[in-house]
Amino acid sequence: MKWPAMGYARVESLDELWQVLDAAGPEAQILAGGQSLLATLSFRLSEPSGLIDITRIAALRGVSVAGATLRIGSLTRHAELGRDPLVAAHAPILAEAAPLIAHPAIRNRGTIGGSLALADPAAELPACVVALDATIVVASRGGERRVPAADFFQGLFTTDLQPGEIITAVEVPVATPASRQTIVEVTRRSGDYAMAGLAAVLAMRADGTVDAARLVFFGVGSGAEIATGASAALIGAPLTRATIAAAQGALADDLDPPGDLHGGPELKRHLARVITARALDTFLASAEQAA
Amino acid sequence: MNRRIDITLTVNGERVSRSVDTRLHLIDFLRTELGLTGAHTACEHGVCGACTVRLDGDPVRGCLVMAASLDGSVVETIEGLSDSGEIRDLQEAFVARNAAQCGYCTPGMLVTAADILTQAPNASREEIREHISGNYCRCTGYQAIVDAVEDVLKSRRKSEAA
Repeated sequence: MKWPAMGYARVESLDELWQVLDAAGPEAQILAGGQSLLATLSFRLSEPSGLIDITRIAALRGVSVAGATLRIGSLTRHAELGRDPLVAAHAPILAEAAPLIAHPAIRNRGTIGGSLALADPAAELPACVVALDATIVVASRGGERRVPAADFFQGLFTTDLQPGEIITAVEVPVATPASRQTIVEVTRRSGDYAMAGLAAVLAMRADGTVDAARLVFFGVGSGAEIATGASAALIGAPLTRATIAAAQGALADDLDPPGDLHGGPELKRHLARVITARALDTFLASAEQAA
Repeated sequence: MNRRIDITLTVNGERVSRSVDTRLHLIDFLRTELGLTGAHTACEHGVCGACTVRLDGDPVRGCLVMAASLDGSVVETIEGLSDSGEIRDLQEAFVARNAAQCGYCTPGMLVTAADILTQAPNASREEIREHISGNYCRCTGYQAIVDAVEDVLKSRRKSEAA
């Protein structure tokens, strides 16, 4: 249906944003790409008193590298993530994730900050930034704070963002020669939210030994879920079919998926095992070559 | 905050100024304020692609863009793309391949297909399908649409090579 009556204001700077936020009160919401928020208005799932459009704030744009950190401005669009050479070089999983998010027209508007702030349980980017051990940079009138991605997400559509705060950037440790990153998901139709998905980030030595592993699932719970047992099962030994099987086995304790429209918990558990093998098999080839 | 916003933007090369209600999305703005009825409203929550238009050079879902946010923007609709001749070969291929049946999805489909021509001139059939996956067509089964886009990609590559 048509959107509810609401106010609208566009701000050009963070200072202006803090003023407008104060004046607008708690029922106003931040509008970035709008690709989820505006759809929720159509469903009347949300009825903000007003929308504060931050898309012209220049400080929230741009991708840059400083030292060992890749900084991605919160207004970076999914399409930009998919084609940015710095993202491809330093956080390839984000470039790989971009084409999995909805469809081209939506990727031209949707932003990484918006996706992280929404924290949809089946969204790709929250899982990616947790797997990357990224830091979410949050700002308010009072200043800036940095939150590890794993602490930022607190459950179904719930984050650590406080009233009056917005995400300004995501800081990602740059990939090293040891980094192995990939994202795999299962959808019924291209562009749908995942029935089950996995963002996998490993550190592997030249001989194939896994020094660090973070397997983060999405679409199988209330948000980005770190599979601690499966991740641990990979660490300290060369990656082999046997260690992958051990990781698959550990998922039984790691995940407790609810059923959804697609099927029951057993289906999700099965898909989680399948995509674990699909993701890790891509690293196996390089490990075997090295051995 | 205001519930009516003054905007000035460029639509199909013409400068237009209006005062718009914040409830209005880009497609209702085009259809009701400007009489440009080529872009279609259908699902109105970003799923079907019938409202796809170009905003600042990129295809977008018109139903997921606030008209109030458009000050300073450049919008191109199927009317503008038709008048400029930019996609004449694509439109002719849609006719030749019977890629438009009821026609409801066609304007959005053409805007998305035009994006393939510029962004992915070497797209395979599989990549064409992927690119139009956000544009629903309930008539054709997509085969004829993929045929049409593939024809144009081939003929444009040939004319560029010549």
